[in-house]
Amino acid sequence: MTNLSRRAALRGVLAGSAVSVALPFLDCFLNTNGTALAATGAPLPNRFGTWFWGCGMNPGFWEPKQVGANYEMPELLKALAPYRKNVTVFSGLKTFLDGNPLVPHSSGARGVLIAAAGKEPDPSIDVLVADAIGSTTRFRSIEVSTTSYASHTQSRRSPSVINSSETSPLALYQRLFGAEFQDPNAADFTPDPKVMVRKSVLSAIKDQRDRLNTMVGAADKARIDEYFTSLRQIEQEMELQLSKPAPLDACTKPGEPAANALTGGTDIEIGTATHKLFAKLMAHAIACDQTRVINVSFSDGPSSLRRNGVATTHHIYTHEEQIDEKLGYQPHAHEFERLVIEAFAALPEALSSIKEGDGTLLDRTLVMLNSECGLAKHHSLDNIPVFLVGGAGGRIKTGYHLASLGDPVSRVGLTVQQAFGMPINTWGHGSLRTSRPFTELLV
Amino acid sequence: MTLSFRKSLLTAAALAGIFCIGAPVQAVRAEAEAEVVSATNPTVLRRLTQLQYKNIIADIFGADIKIGGRFEPDMRENGLLELGAGRASIPAAGLAQYANMARSVSAQVLDEKHRASFVACTPANVKASDDACARQFLADAGQLLYRRPLQDGELGDLVAGAKLSADTLKDFYAGLEVPLATMLQSPEFLFRWEVRAPNGGNKDAWQIDAYSKASRLSFFLWNSAPDTKLLTAAKNGDLDTPKGVAREVERMLGSPRLEAGVRAFFYDMFGLDSLTSLTKDTTLYPKYSFKIAADAEEQTLRTIVDVVLTQNGDYRDIFTTRKTFLTRQLGTVYGVPIVGAAAGGTPDGWQPYEFPEGDSRAGILIQPGFLALHSHPGRTSPTLRGKALRESVLCQRVPDPPGNVNFNVVQDTTDPNYKTVRQRLQAHATEAMCTGCHKITDPIGLAMENYDTIGSYRAKENGAPIDTSGTIDGVAFSDAAGLAKAIHDHPATASCLVNRVYSYAVGRTPTAGERDWLKQEAGKAFAASGYKIVPLLRKITLHEAFFRVAPPEGVPTKAAALSPEAGR
Repeated sequence: MTNLSRRAALRGVLAGSAVSVALPFLDCFLNTNGTALAATGAPLPNRFGTWFWGCGMNPGFWEPKQVGANYEMPELLKALAPYRKNVTVFSGLKTFLDGNPLVPHSSGARGVLIAAAGKEPDPSIDVLVADAIGSTTRFRSIEVSTTSYASHTQSRRSPSVINSSETSPLALYQRLFGAEFQDPNAADFTPDPKVMVRKSVLSAIKDQRDRLNTMVGAADKARIDEYFTSLRQIEQEMELQLSKPAPLDACTKPGEPAANALTGGTDIEIGTATHKLFAKLMAHAIACDQTRVINVSFSDGPSSLRRNGVATTHHIYTHEEQIDEKLGYQPHAHEFERLVIEAFAALPEALSSIKEGDGTLLDRTLVMLNSECGLAKHHSLDNIPVFLVGGAGGRIKTGYHLASLGDPVSRVGLTVQQAFGMPINTWGHGSLRTSRPFTELLV
Repeated sequence: MTLSFRKSLLTAAALAGIFCIGAPVQAVRAEAEAEVVSATNPTVLRRLTQLQYKNIIADIFGADIKIGGRFEPDMRENGLLELGAGRASIPAAGLAQYANMARSVSAQVLDEKHRASFVACTPANVKASDDACARQFLADAGQLLYRRPLQDGELGDLVAGAKLSADTLKDFYAGLEVPLATMLQSPEFLFRWEVRAPNGGNKDAWQIDAYSKASRLSFFLWNSAPDTKLLTAAKNGDLDTPKGVAREVERMLGSPRLEAGVRAFFYDMFGLDSLTSLTKDTTLYPKYSFKIAADAEEQTLRTIVDVVLTQNGDYRDIFTTRKTFLTRQLGTVYGVPIVGAAAGGTPDGWQPYEFPEGDSRAGILIQPGFLALHSHPGRTSPTLRGKALRESVLCQRVPDPPGNVNFNVVQDTTDPNYKTVRQRLQAHATEAMCTGCHKITDPIGLAMENYDTIGSYRAKENGAPIDTSGTIDGVAFSDAAGLAKAIHDHPATASCLVNRVYSYAVGRTPTAGERDWLKQEAGKAFAASGYKIVPLLRKITLHEAFFRVAPPEGVPTKAAALSPEAGR
């Protein structure tokens, strides 16, 4: 066992989550409730996702009228009605700048996902969670963008390590289920000698680490450390390829997307169709335990989504369109907000279509859905829409509307980290620093 | 202070090993106080850009080696990708992509078709390892990929890797692929290293070492790794003498590869990388395709190269030249039929084209590579165009909009009272909070309103005539050509270029001392040369401080020695 796996295992234990790559998930190995593995009592793994869109939502049309459970699905969230019991809505949350300049359509996202008011170099929440729950899977996380831009991503380990997005469903399929995929349910297993020698020869790079560190200043040393962190993850990926995977009942290989499959674009219809393909691939990747963390960018912050044949983008509508007095909102911008949620619905649909244990993947996948502002017209950092969709295997209560009056939005991220068993009491910087999770949700 | 100073000096010496810092600490300090502080420049570790990666593979292994896969997006900082490269690291998913590319490149290099060109020796048995032959190949390839000779230990590890792989896979060449692919995903290849070395007898004047100099020159002037001649010059010590550097710089400036370097610089400076993923609404603009975006990039680069290299002309003429190059696809944007191979055309479909005197199509700002790049998918944006012009051509920073702006004053595009963008923006600019910045960007962007979101000419917008008049920093113009002339004559145009070229070369923004030199010396020399690029590149590369860096951390600098805390 290498140092890496020892550390990973230790972290897993500390974090209170399961390190279970070698454990089978066949129903016959489950306990009688179908919630945990009979042999060890370790729970089925929980998974995490983030799902981002830009340009916020019109206040008054996405917040449920009722607080607590059994709320009535508000107009803009109608597409989520089938999953209402798995949808928790947070309204009234805001982010702060603490005197830092506003970077429009970006500062807000940092507040939600990094809990930073300024330029703090912290990782985004998905990386924090992935480090806690994703270190035993082939990919620590998977990032996709449904536009054609790899740079549309909110995930980062540091300002110099940006996790860029996959933009093509076919490319993602090949990465996940191509030649290097080890089917956990295959009858036979032969370790690939090519992978064995590759892994062995990689040590030639590791041996240079100390020498390289003496050659650079402190700032660059951090970047070299980041490189070696990535190298360790690649090595680990190879280790997994060399050991027989445990059978997984829920795992099946999805069909390969056509070679001419959509590769995104800023046309929202293409983006929606692309997202549907990605959602299916990601659900299968989760079922096959190839990853436990997924990140989706449905647009950039200043959303360049548009309708085919229309010159104006969602972003431009939010700033230039007049509010219809009778309706109380900007009609076109409003339409985009509805379409974004409709597009998102393909993800809970894909997750709930795959059975695992006594439920579906959706029950064990918690997706944090958020934008970067409230009313985009004013770049407002108040009332930023944030939702939690899915579940964390019973670690968090779902299906509530929690209304607050200007609490820091970082409370959601802290709640999520605690739901995943991470030993964290406070999170964030400045006015976004909080030690108040939504305890009413935590089980 | 003295204690930690002495300790860190010893540590640095012990760690570095190769350095020889023999002078007693006190003597170094005395010497330090006697001289003027001159070098606080940091070294910069740059991640290879996509272009550099591709160029290196093509230069070393040939242009027919295919590079598949997804590159990490280059990061832009302070106006340049080359500065972002000094900030970027590599995430795990990105490293996995580099690993895939490395395996694919290695497999091609050592396939039956190519192996003879790169492996000079023949293995004793093709189904087994052959250390001597592997060593020869890996040393040669390694020196080119790492831009320095491999150290014995490194090479030994790689040869051992080739042996293990060949014996396991029972194939010499398949075995050789593994260490080659390993090098291609190593930080030594993926990052450009700058190693510090003391400069001869002058212990306070540290430089980057000879191989790092070779890389800095080569990436700057050719946008690729050093060739064998340059590496030999580094090995022989030629790059440690002004005469030797001058000889190599002349060779590089005279090489046809200079064009690749100049193109890479302008590609970076004018943000042409964004054209790769530029989308337009194809219902509104059915002519538009990715081929047009690719041609737009090439057109702008060809126009620039023609002025600054082929004609050896005035840099500022790139904004006013009436000469350009068109393909059939670009011709559809211009409304200029390009048929067959006219005189002067090339087999790849490019044809020189000159607009008549008085045409408002002048220079690279009135090309799709600028007009379409800085527009929305379905409509123009004078604000984006004006901002891009200020930032990328004049090096002026346009602030971000403030928070909580009320955009109610901005009118709906379908409002019949406001047909043109100018009218809508004027309504917007009545808001005091907005007017400050929009005054900086909009008047110059509005001058280009005769050109739509893909760069085609239009006389009217929504049936209303377009007013393209305005002023820039006190100079009035009546249309895009007039604006282009004003940019040509704007004092910031030349100083911005000098600043950008230098930042691009050293991978960081210039220090105060360097800015002074750029303004006083390089800038004046640039003007005196008639704003010619090649003399500017020469001036910068031959400047005596071009390779200078601060001493390693822990080694005393004069700045530290002269600071009030020193010696306490």
